[in-house]
Amino acid sequence: MNAPSQTFVSDVIIPAQAPPRNSVGINGWMRKNLFSTPLNSIMTVILVVFIVWAVTPFIRFTLIDATWSGADRQVCLQSSGACWAYVKAYLPQFIYGRYPIGERWRVDLVFWILVIGMVPMLIPRAPFKRLNAIFLLGIFPVAAFILLTGGHYQFAGRLIPNSIMPPSPLRFAIEFGIVSAVILFFVGLFAWLSGRPIAGSGNVVGTILAGIAAVLALCSIDFGLVPVETANWGGLLVTLVVAITGMIASLPLGILLALGRRSEMPVVRLASTIFIEVWRGVPLITVLFMASVMLPLFLPDGVTFDKLLRALIGVALFNAAYMAETIRGGLQAIPRGQYEGAKALGLGYWQMMRMIILPQSLRIVIPGIVGSFISLFKDTTLVIIIGLYDFLGQIQASANDAKWASPVTGLTGYIFAAMVFWAFCFSMSRYAAFTERRLDRGRR
Amino acid sequence: MSDLSVATEELPPVAPALKVSSTDVAVEMVDVNKWYGEFHVLRDINLKVMRGERIVICGPSGSGKSTLIRCINRLEEHQKGKIVVDGKELTNDLRKIDEVRREVGMVFQHFNLFPHLTILENCTLAPINVRKMPKREAEDIAMHYLNRVKIPEQANKYPGQLSGGQQQRVAIARSLCMNPRVMLFDEPTSALDPEMIKEVLDVMVGLALEGMTMICVTHEMGFARQVANRVIFMDGGQIIEQNDPVSFFTNPQHERTKLFLSQILH
Repeated sequence: MNAPSQTFVSDVIIPAQAPPRNSVGINGWMRKNLFSTPLNSIMTVILVVFIVWAVTPFIRFTLIDATWSGADRQVCLQSSGACWAYVKAYLPQFIYGRYPIGERWRVDLVFWILVIGMVPMLIPRAPFKRLNAIFLLGIFPVAAFILLTGGHYQFAGRLIPNSIMPPSPLRFAIEFGIVSAVILFFVGLFAWLSGRPIAGSGNVVGTILAGIAAVLALCSIDFGLVPVETANWGGLLVTLVVAITGMIASLPLGILLALGRRSEMPVVRLASTIFIEVWRGVPLITVLFMASVMLPLFLPDGVTFDKLLRALIGVALFNAAYMAETIRGGLQAIPRGQYEGAKALGLGYWQMMRMIILPQSLRIVIPGIVGSFISLFKDTTLVIIIGLYDFLGQIQASANDAKWASPVTGLTGYIFAAMVFWAFCFSMSRYAAFTERRLDRGRR
Repeated sequence: MSDLSVATEELPPVAPALKVSSTDVAVEMVDVNKWYGEFHVLRDINLKVMRGERIVICGPSGSGKSTLIRCINRLEEHQKGKIVVDGKELTNDLRKIDEVRREVGMVFQHFNLFPHLTILENCTLAPINVRKMPKREAEDIAMHYLNRVKIPEQANKYPGQLSGGQQQRVAIARSLCMNPRVMLFDEPTSALDPEMIKEVLDVMVGLALEGMTMICVTHEMGFARQVANRVIFMDGGQIIEQNDPVSFFTNPQHERTKLFLSQILH
């Protein structure tokens, strides 16, 4: 048994040896990834040549030949590189547009409040997520609205126009009370007809109405801020206002539409489907045109509607339709057993959705939601066609300024715009990738 | 199938505790009919379950037994006839449906635990949100039932970290936390590995001994013999035969029943 196989048994212990030189380190990596076959080697060489050919002029233009400082166009006229002096001179305009210089601290304040709210929200380990979300989604929008516009709005007469009572907070309170009562009556009627608990539906709608009343009351208070019309807003401010409002509004709307489209009630399902398909079937440019040109024609005389607000509503509804379809995909991925488990425990429809179905399905569709957010962010540039000067619009407008006009001014502006947009979108994309990895680890 | 039922046959007989004392009706079905489109799944079902009774429903697949018990908490809608659960008739009235579901626990073949919540959260979710119980109290009750199904140490894990048998025991505990008056079991052991079936059946036997009203769709004939007051055999959407377990197994009346029993009991 032992003797014949002895020859195959090693009588020394082989010490661990270093791997072949060309299989590890940079050399190894290059052999494996760049020069593994003759064809790959040729491809590598061609691509390297191409990159050098394409990137060198770009670097020359943006860095080596660029003009970094100067007072006006003279410094850029002779140069064949980017005119960063122009970007430096115009930076405040790119950020604030025509927002009055003395009031720009308000924009800064809003920005920093947003940062303070966002950072702990984005860090998974930071505590108080619920309070943080209330701050970010409840308090911040109202604070930002009051700070940016100046607040002190007069709402009386907006809901029920008449001239019996003079405009006053009391009159608005009465108007709002009447409208709320009518809404609550119909909600109650609907609940009664469909055999749902009346008190439950009434409570939900009542809470929402009370919330709206509180927000409107806050917006009507005079905080002593100078009003700044939205016509004077511009630059990155407009871009971020449109993008963030669009994101915050389109997510809950999209959830409601997605639930509506999967509802067992035919009317709700049909209405949601029609809404989604109509908005998805129309280009955003058309939506914006309709909002800015057509809508005023349909409104009665004397009723004006802020142009930026119209654009915001258009963008929010447009994106809500896309969001709804993304979220519907997530809802469909949840097994039927989850619905049945929740129902069998006696959870109502909204409880089941809020606590069981949505937490699971939203987790699945994070990549889709972020994709929508990124395209929404870039689509905000379209507001220029209705005369709103967003970041890109502001850059475009300033490039023709006689003080800075030169052959390279426009190009520099566009490169700058591209870099800023890319930075925003890329960070969103990286954050989404991080979130996905984190949630994947939690799932087994 | 046969080797699975052996496991429960080894359990001690529990006959004395099985007498039904109560005379009030827990579930009553009168001439219940249901269709899936053109397909007639339930045909003239008449069934009266007294409080404290333990019913086992068996039959070949597609015989409508799952559909029948899913009608009792209205996971399925019936189109004709009357279903009264705990004195409340099931109609389109959502309030009644929610009331019934609160009082009727259900255990599913695939457990249907909520994967994003811990075991403890799975158990306290409904008591807190449906019964409006304070969180502390709900957690105490949840731990009590997790103790009873013998997995209190898993309370802070997620369902995905548990074995199938453990998950099913959690599902039973989750239902019990609502203090239900009737428990429905829809093939609770069919998705389990053989060595896990016993641990789940043990819990169910314990529940039966305490006098819980139970309606079980199962092929565990050992369980049926041991704890059921009545065994119901269904085929083609109809109740073909029902009898006490001894007579049912030793002296089946209907040809179809004999054939079915000969196939599952060797």
